[in-house]
Amino acid sequence: MKKIIFFSLMLTFVMGAAAQDAEKNLKKLPAVNVKTLDGKVFNTADLNNDGKPMIVSFWALWCKPCINELTTIADVYQDWVEETGVKLVAVSIDDARSTSKVGPTVNGKGWDYEVLLDANGDFKRAMNVNMIPHTFLVNGNGEIVWQHTSFSEGSELQLIEMVRKLNRGESVESH
Amino acid sequence: MKTTSLTMFAAALLLLAAPVVRAQNFLEGGRVSGNFQLDAQVYRADSAIGAFEVAEKMRMNSFANLLYTNGNFSAGLRAESYLNPILGYDPRYKGNGVPYWFGSWRNEQFEITVGNFYEQFGSGMVLRSYEERNLGYDNALKGAKVRFSPTEGVVLKGLIGTQRYFWEQGPGIVRGLDGEFALNDIFDKEAKYMTRVTLGGSFVSKYQDTEEISAGPDELLVLPANVASWAARFNISRGGFAIDGEYANKMNDPSAMNDYIYKNGESLLLQTSYSTRGLGVIVSAKRTDNMSYKSKRTETGSALDINYLPALTRQHAYALSAMYPYATQPNGEMALQGQVNYKIKRGSKIGGKYGTDIAINYSRITSIQRDPLDGDTVPGGAGTAGYTSPFNVFGDELYFRDFNIEIQRKFTADFKLLVSYVNLKYNIDVIEGHPGDPMVNAHIFIADGTYRLTDKRAVKLEYQHLLTKQDEGDWLQFLIEYTVAPKWYFTVADQYNYGNPDKDRRFHYPAVSAGYTYGSSRLTLTYGKQREGILCVGGVCRNVPASNGLTITLTSSF
Repeated sequence: MKKIIFFSLMLTFVMGAAAQDAEKNLKKLPAVNVKTLDGKVFNTADLNNDGKPMIVSFWALWCKPCINELTTIADVYQDWVEETGVKLVAVSIDDARSTSKVGPTVNGKGWDYEVLLDANGDFKRAMNVNMIPHTFLVNGNGEIVWQHTSFSEGSELQLIEMVRKLNRGESVESH
Repeated sequence: MKTTSLTMFAAALLLLAAPVVRAQNFLEGGRVSGNFQLDAQVYRADSAIGAFEVAEKMRMNSFANLLYTNGNFSAGLRAESYLNPILGYDPRYKGNGVPYWFGSWRNEQFEITVGNFYEQFGSGMVLRSYEERNLGYDNALKGAKVRFSPTEGVVLKGLIGTQRYFWEQGPGIVRGLDGEFALNDIFDKEAKYMTRVTLGGSFVSKYQDTEEISAGPDELLVLPANVASWAARFNISRGGFAIDGEYANKMNDPSAMNDYIYKNGESLLLQTSYSTRGLGVIVSAKRTDNMSYKSKRTETGSALDINYLPALTRQHAYALSAMYPYATQPNGEMALQGQVNYKIKRGSKIGGKYGTDIAINYSRITSIQRDPLDGDTVPGGAGTAGYTSPFNVFGDELYFRDFNIEIQRKFTADFKLLVSYVNLKYNIDVIEGHPGDPMVNAHIFIADGTYRLTDKRAVKLEYQHLLTKQDEGDWLQFLIEYTVAPKWYFTVADQYNYGNPDKDRRFHYPAVSAGYTYGSSRLTLTYGKQREGILCVGGVCRNVPASNGLTITLTSSF
């Protein structure tokens, strides 16, 4: 059993590597249905920022470091938008218990992010998010170029530096 | 178990490998991604705090998700290994296997999934399959699911399956239909109307073969093999106002959870909110009566839930305020909750340079009133209709009450502070099943300050104080954390039960922790003692036993 699992995992990895080598393709945002704050169904493949970079951050009301990350960025967000044109999409993975609190909380905190509700976790699973906060950087072509989990004070400086690099057309290494 | 997981694994492999064999072109556009997590705990016996000798010395849980996507097609699997499961996990998880795999295809209108899947209808009151790996919860459905959106604003779903039961499947078949209609998207193409209205409805039924359950020494119950349930929901919003609600009803469903009574179950959830930039207000109310719904009638644990009954309480994030979390009482409760978020403007006199965030939250949950039925030989007993319950009457027994206020303010570019006060009333008898224990009344004070030393280095100091005369008495916690963004953190913490009425049990629970993050990979190490208690992630909780030792967690996503 163990051997079979190991072999199959290896096979899958090789397949994946082969596929990626052939195309040098970066993963794009998957097509999954989530909801907007006013209850509309929204396909995540439609997320875009008119050719500018986008930050996609998974969070929840019960997650302290997530709130810290979004609160910290909120203080500098207007400057970021003016300087780089970046957009932050905050994807809440709160479940039915608190989805209806997300809108009032986001508004109450004065956050200007685009907020999506992923109550069934479909987007989370498609993006392989395990621990939150988990933040992705998407380039102007909609390709995921960088990702990071956890948040500590100052991490936002690295994030905006990556955005600037993307805008300058430089490549961002994956870490 | 072994053969089934092998078969499933083979099927999953086929799903993944088929395109390789068939068409090179198909492979070229494809991509594999995934994530994994490994948790290991090394145990030391510590009889004082109740940590007992663990024969293996070290136990490990791990899982890996692999996901293949190619255009409209995706397939995935999850391998899991619990050898032996970390303490606090259900021992029935012991083993290795691939309990989760799926293949899925979608276009603009259709989405078809076979294998294992997670799904939720409305707020989940009649159907919700979900997982929280870190707590060992997984009631994934295994079967087939179709989603059909014939026109904008209409979403129809149908599904059938059985539920995961550790390494097996539960005995009950779950069948469900759901429709959601966003009236504006259907009828109001020019978006003339400011008011948005969405309506929805669900029908869910379970089938389980009857079995012999006795109501008394020589009475066998006549059990319904099919149990139907339905729910209707609405959502209306206009500008900053929103109101939504869902009503669910379940036919007679005698089970071990309700002591085999034949009463119908029902639940109503109503929420209304108003928000504008800088202010958010939300009020929620819920009534639940006899709504436990499982795909095995003799199951009493947390497995095989078909539905989800959200608890209307705040999910606390600090250790001491999360010490007494409320758990929904599926047999009956009346709940009220209100929350206000307010931001005192940046640059104002009171708000300070960066503004000040205030959040106030209140929740109160009581029993429902139950009136005995005339004519039943044993009121509330097996084989009877149980009781009647007036819909709008609160019961006499308080289950839980929580008033809390949190104020957060950034004083300078380098220093921010959060202070919080929480007052809890916690019915330990009902929630944890400790008959005779008095209601816990706890006051909790929290101060959490972060100081940035440089751009990337910060120190955080956390002070938490819980005062109560009941249960284990007063607690104090200190925590200091040093972070070097974005990679490192180091924490030293101590939880001290200094007020335990039993002077010999005034234990310290010290722990040191360090973590390293490299992109989407993260390694954390914690060494120290952990008190026995309730661990919650995302509002789902499980009991964890006391432990003393080393915990290692490695996660990665690729």
